[in-house]
Amino acid sequence: MLVQLDPGVIIWTTLTFGLLLVVLRATAWKPILKALDTREDSIRESMEKAEEAKRESERLLEENRKNFASAEEKAQELIKEARELAEKLRGESVAKASAEANKLLDKAREEIERDKQQAIAQLHGLVAELAVKAAEKILSETMDEARQKKLVENYLNSLQNN
Amino acid sequence: MILGLMKDSTLVSRGSDTLRTVADSVRAAASQAGDASNGSWIIGHVADSHTLEFAPFGEIHLPHIGPVNILGLPVDLSITKHVVMLWMAGILLLIAMRIAARSYKKSLIPGKFASVVEILVLFVRDDIVLPSMGEKGKKFLPYFLTLFFFILFSNLFGLLPYASTPTGNINVTAALAIIAFFVIQIAGIMRYGLLGYFKGLVPSGMPTFVLPIMAIVEILGLFTKPFALCVRLFANMIAGHIVIFSLIGLIFIFGTVLIAPISVGFALFIEVLELLIATIQAYIFTILTALFVGMAIHQDH
Repeated sequence: MLVQLDPGVIIWTTLTFGLLLVVLRATAWKPILKALDTREDSIRESMEKAEEAKRESERLLEENRKNFASAEEKAQELIKEARELAEKLRGESVAKASAEANKLLDKAREEIERDKQQAIAQLHGLVAELAVKAAEKILSETMDEARQKKLVENYLNSLQNN
Repeated sequence: MILGLMKDSTLVSRGSDTLRTVADSVRAAASQAGDASNGSWIIGHVADSHTLEFAPFGEIHLPHIGPVNILGLPVDLSITKHVVMLWMAGILLLIAMRIAARSYKKSLIPGKFASVVEILVLFVRDDIVLPSMGEKGKKFLPYFLTLFFFILFSNLFGLLPYASTPTGNINVTAALAIIAFFVIQIAGIMRYGLLGYFKGLVPSGMPTFVLPIMAIVEILGLFTKPFALCVRLFANMIAGHIVIFSLIGLIFIFGTVLIAPISVGFALFIEVLELLIATIQAYIFTILTALFVGMAIHQDH
């Protein structure tokens, strides 16, 4: 008989299955399922961590880029400022130098003028003296007796005529 | 090459089956005056018995227990052939799962054997239990894992030489179906309460006059579902074996060895098919039980 009710086999099967369920649950399914869960969790966790690390690194990169850009900008600004300052300083020094030069020139001119006046004054005195001396000499050479007589006579004549 | 090897090894196992069949057939021929065509020897092979045959090495007589009086009924608690096969499949399953579980104790990365077990465990968890029951299914996982592997091991165990398929005994599948029945009802009752569960069996929004009919249909349905499970598994498992024995029997009916290559070839084909069926039936029994439990805990018609 193929299909024959046998309650004994049903009972044995139920007992066997129940026992297997209890034993397997404790010794096999729990550790296996727990290991699978742990592994899945760890995979999920590490993936999340990797994602977070990626985001963090991207953020850092962006920040770096921003920092770099701002540093570059700042450097450019500094260079510009320095250049302006240098320009200003140069302009200032040129002006100062030319002013100095002008001052020196003026001073020199003044000195020259003073020297000239002095020289002119000295020359005046010298010329007068030389003229007197020359006149004296000419006079002494030309005033002989006859001339003196004539001169005196001329004078006396003028007096008589009055 | 691989196919050839497989063929060889299966031939060896088939060979021992054939030896058994030969021995049986001789016995049958002797008792029935050379008539091997009545097929009673096939039934003798696939049906339950009180002896483990290891022809030609002899046989083991199993102890008779009982009849024991249980609830006023005399029950024969003898350890029959199929009970022994059941236990052996169970022991094999225990050993296999212990090996797999131990591999996880060493590291989270499974070993070679544990990887194979893991594929099946994940299959039961992610493709059978969780889709039909949702997150609540996690509580039932040990039951479904045990169910799937127990049926799988029992089915496959029957394909070994000298072994017989415990799931080819309707009492074994009936026991599994009874357990499934209780799991389904208890899951539903735990979810909705005793009254709520039985009230929820009948779809709401029905005209009043069909309610009694629906109630009867639904309550009958509670019993037909496990009954179908029981018969399906039993019939599938026993059919393949009967076909194999019949094919081998052809040799003796025709009375010539010339038919043997054809018989053995076809028997080999059925044997390989049986491997497939053994796996598929374990899957079907498990997924249907999971679906029924899912329906019991999600009564939203």
